[in-house]
Amino acid sequence: MIISVASGKGGTGKTTVAVNLALSIIQNVRFLDCDVEEPNAHLFLKPKIQKTEPVNIPVPVVDETKCNYCGKCSEICEYHAIAVLPKSVMVFEQLCHGCGGCVILCPEKAIKEKNRKIGIIREGICKNEIKFIDGLLNISEPMSPPIIKAVKKRAEEQNSKRAEVVTIIDAPPGTSCPVIESIKGSDYCILVTEPTPFGLNDLILAVEVLRKLKIPFGVAINRSDIGDEEVDKYCHKENIPILMKIPFDRKIAEAYSKGIPLVENLPEYKRHFQELFTKIKNSL
Amino acid sequence: MKIAISSAGGSMDALVSEQFGRCAYFIVVDSETMKFEPISNSAAGIMGGAGPEAARQIAKAGVTVVLTGSVGPNAKSALDSAGIKIVSGVSGSITVKQAVEEYLKK
Repeated sequence: MIISVASGKGGTGKTTVAVNLALSIIQNVRFLDCDVEEPNAHLFLKPKIQKTEPVNIPVPVVDETKCNYCGKCSEICEYHAIAVLPKSVMVFEQLCHGCGGCVILCPEKAIKEKNRKIGIIREGICKNEIKFIDGLLNISEPMSPPIIKAVKKRAEEQNSKRAEVVTIIDAPPGTSCPVIESIKGSDYCILVTEPTPFGLNDLILAVEVLRKLKIPFGVAINRSDIGDEEVDKYCHKENIPILMKIPFDRKIAEAYSKGIPLVENLPEYKRHFQELFTKIKNSL
Repeated sequence: MKIAISSAGGSMDALVSEQFGRCAYFIVVDSETMKFEPISNSAAGIMGGAGPEAARQIAKAGVTVVLTGSVGPNAKSALDSAGIKIVSGVSGSITVKQAVEEYLKK
């Protein structure tokens, strides 16, 4: 089973929910931190990293001795990563998505590909035997989906018997490509939000995404006793289950700031996260 | 010589656009005859890579000088590679015609 944890708005508590859910489930758990622009689950799960691998994307290299500047490569490039000027060709590697279309189309066979490293994936083991994989995008790189794909692919390679393992995916915030890449293929998605106008606005956007992807989902409201009632009302109106509420509590914030998982500092939460897991299992 | 000016409109009386890659038009002016030709900038609305794409268009038109407000790093390397001289810092409060005249005076 794959459960992803996402949110429209950033800083609502995705990692808190994902990490503590992973630590509360009495089953084989695998944890994927797909927030590769700023992974932070490792601060709480403290995995022993056993393996680090580079993630590359193929980018074109043009042999200008063969090129006749016909411009076909530049015409098909949706991201304008190749510019064919009257007497030269320029490749903008950071704009390239690595589709390889230019290589196939070049009539002069003047384009080859080389690998460009954009980040790494890390693999390890945490206590409670939780398998851990995360990705780290290099600073200044604009594109995270290839790293997220690499994290998910590595997880698939580890174990093909999906039913026996609960995979928890900590997704990046927002509603754009990196989020889609992280949550697609999930059996269930937990949307973490907060009871504020910002939380609600971005929750509505995230709900639209999940409905389009046809992934079953429910909402967890963090800092639930501050703010207003609008998130509750919205969920009620839209028939979206509210799976969990975490109150605003200084003790939670203190543990978080020290990198201590909530369920270790306040063990009574283990039961709440187990109930969350049961609710999800029962709804599928 | 052909001069391209990033512009908000398709005529010599339109205001200069301070954006290079995403301007609405390039006005290509022949400095000998002062005849002009507008190029609708197909890069204006694209998601990424507008700078190089805009540079490609004016290079194709045979331009050797571009007058504009500012040029991004990718556009700059494309213009440099195409051998197009960049004159940046042109204000968006003057017209294309004024910008060309001022440049030719120097």
